[in-house]
Amino acid sequence: MTRAGVRATARIVARADGRGATALPVLDGEGPLAPRRTRGESGEARVLLVGAMSGPLGGDRFTVEAEAEKGARLRVGSAAATIALPGQAKEEAHYDVLLRVADDGELHWLPEPLISVAGSDLRVRTRVELAAGARLVLREEQVLGRAGEEPGRLTSRLSVRIAGRAVLDQELACGPGAPGGWDGPAVLGGQRAAGQLIVVRPEFAAEPVRARMLGEGAAVLPLPGPAAAVTAVAPDGLRLRRVLDEALALLR
Amino acid sequence: MSRAALLVLADGRFPAGGHAHSGGAEAAVRAGRIDSAADLADFCRGRLHTAGLVAAAFAAAAALGADPVELDAAADARTPSPALRAAARKLGRQLMRAARATWPSDELDALARAFPKGAHQPVVLGLAARAAGLGGEDAAHCAAYESVSGPASATVRLLSLDPFDATGVLARLAPELDLVVDRAVAAARLALTEGTDALPAASAPLLEIGAEAHAARPMRLFAS
Amino acid sequence: MHLDHSHDHTPAVGADAHRADGTRRAFRVGLGGPVGSGKTATVAALCRALREELSLAVVTNDIYTREDAEFLLREAVLPPERITAVETGACPHTAIRDDISANLEAVEDLEDTVGPLDLVLVESGGDNLTATFSKGLVDAQIFVIDVAGGDDIPRKGGPGVTTADLLVVNKTDLAPYVGSDLARMAADAKAARGELPVVMQSLRGETGVADVAAWVRARLAAWTA
Repeated sequence: MTRAGVRATARIVARADGRGATALPVLDGEGPLAPRRTRGESGEARVLLVGAMSGPLGGDRFTVEAEAEKGARLRVGSAAATIALPGQAKEEAHYDVLLRVADDGELHWLPEPLISVAGSDLRVRTRVELAAGARLVLREEQVLGRAGEEPGRLTSRLSVRIAGRAVLDQELACGPGAPGGWDGPAVLGGQRAAGQLIVVRPEFAAEPVRARMLGEGAAVLPLPGPAAAVTAVAPDGLRLRRVLDEALALLR
Repeated sequence: MSRAALLVLADGRFPAGGHAHSGGAEAAVRAGRIDSAADLADFCRGRLHTAGLVAAAFAAAAALGADPVELDAAADARTPSPALRAAARKLGRQLMRAARATWPSDELDALARAFPKGAHQPVVLGLAARAAGLGGEDAAHCAAYESVSGPASATVRLLSLDPFDATGVLARLAPELDLVVDRAVAAARLALTEGTDALPAASAPLLEIGAEAHAARPMRLFAS
Repeated sequence: MHLDHSHDHTPAVGADAHRADGTRRAFRVGLGGPVGSGKTATVAALCRALREELSLAVVTNDIYTREDAEFLLREAVLPPERITAVETGACPHTAIRDDISANLEAVEDLEDTVGPLDLVLVESGGDNLTATFSKGLVDAQIFVIDVAGGDDIPRKGGPGVTTADLLVVNKTDLAPYVGSDLARMAADAKAARGELPVVMQSLRGETGVADVAAWVRARLAAWTA
């Protein structure tokens, strides 16, 4: 069976309902992207992205847009890891994520890891646009190959703007066909998992986060704005999650 | 355009502070990630395609006339490690001093006034190239070459590596360096019309993490 | 010297005698010499001798980051904000001679942060006999050797010994113990240096750093005149 690339979009809009809770006036998905509201803490709306099919496969183009309006609190997770797979189409797959948070809004974007399977080719583009008074916790984890397997090709760019000003713009490219040296001592050094945690809080403007190491493979990095990044590498996804959880506890 | 001016700017002895920085090589040596000429080659290749590509694109964009203040902000966003941001500004300030003394220019003076404690080094490098009558490709070549020549000469000092081996590493990277320059210049041209988002953002997690580990170390030979 | 201000009011070159705001900058004295000759001890003694009468600061150039700066901080010869360390990438002589940009920035930052200064002492990391300071960085330089390093050093010469504005032969109190001939060292130094002054010094002796301090005062007076 030949399969043309799938295009799928999911949209989530969270709105403060004026009574201390957060409503979800928009909660749309199609095909492989299905957002489901789940039970959350009081005041927040919690959404789980449920993958109805595996993917993305080569040629697919997925888009997820999530927005927390003024005063809304939204927490988004995923039911399982996203698995980049090779497709019959030789083209690369695209996964675009656009996140917006208004003043006094808060978004926790905490999906399960992305696993880059041998032979896959995926471009991930995550754009975050925050108002000056917005809050964000974002985690992204890339696992290079399933256990004992070579990774696919993965290019993942993450940019964060606060009130229009770029505070972070980073792209990691790895796997066969990526520019040379990606697995060497300057970039990943043979580690098979890499991740970032981004925390944005207006309070950081007055009390900046202090740079510090978290073991050998991770560092807390105050960004040029009321934001901090944790960059980490680890031998596998489990150990990566452990250090990012530790970092999140520190930055709360 | 003068090819000799390019040699002056690219000369390792151009007095702009580079000799005190290892481009992350010292941190990698201390962590056991560089222990031989082969490791150095891998390190340099990775740095060339990440920090080197970004520096080359920013230098080219500045040389082609993009707004250096916008470029500086975009460079900040591409440098999450505060230790690397500090090093980039320190080196930018030192290069600014050397460039203004060598090729006086109103544009350099204006950038020095806007950033008294230093703008990101590749942005200053691009403007210095412009002041020297050089073009975007020259500026990109300078930046890309610096991204690997610094670690190579530092590793000679750190590991007592055979200097001929280290120079061989650089020579063998030359074809890849030319390709990186082509990508950097293409992105820089695009940035002139589309803005700084068109510039590459290639990152190297271990360079960022290693820079912080290095900054926290009380005993070190190189500043970064 | 680059005194042509046609381009901009901010001087790009460190030898300029004025700061960016047009005020006169501090007089800068470099101290160089071999490892262990007593440069840092001399700097500490100079600070103690001059700190009541002059506004001064110190820049150190270390091989391993901040050792000399930390010695000066421990000894509390100056408030910590008046002591800065420059990192040299294992090559202190490069940072004081071939590429002085980091040192110039350190000096200017000191003048910006602690206010007008009369004197900045720039200490080189311990290096060999050929290490000298660039005239773009310092206005005068002192080369410090010691009797324990061998009494043939003044005879061997080298740019430090022959051209420094002041040669200090340090640790003269140790001469009897290491078999160094002080008279011969003084004579060799005179032969190598002609009219340039030499101070024989023991920081443990009664006069201590007084001769060097007097020389610095005289040079500073001549420079500001």
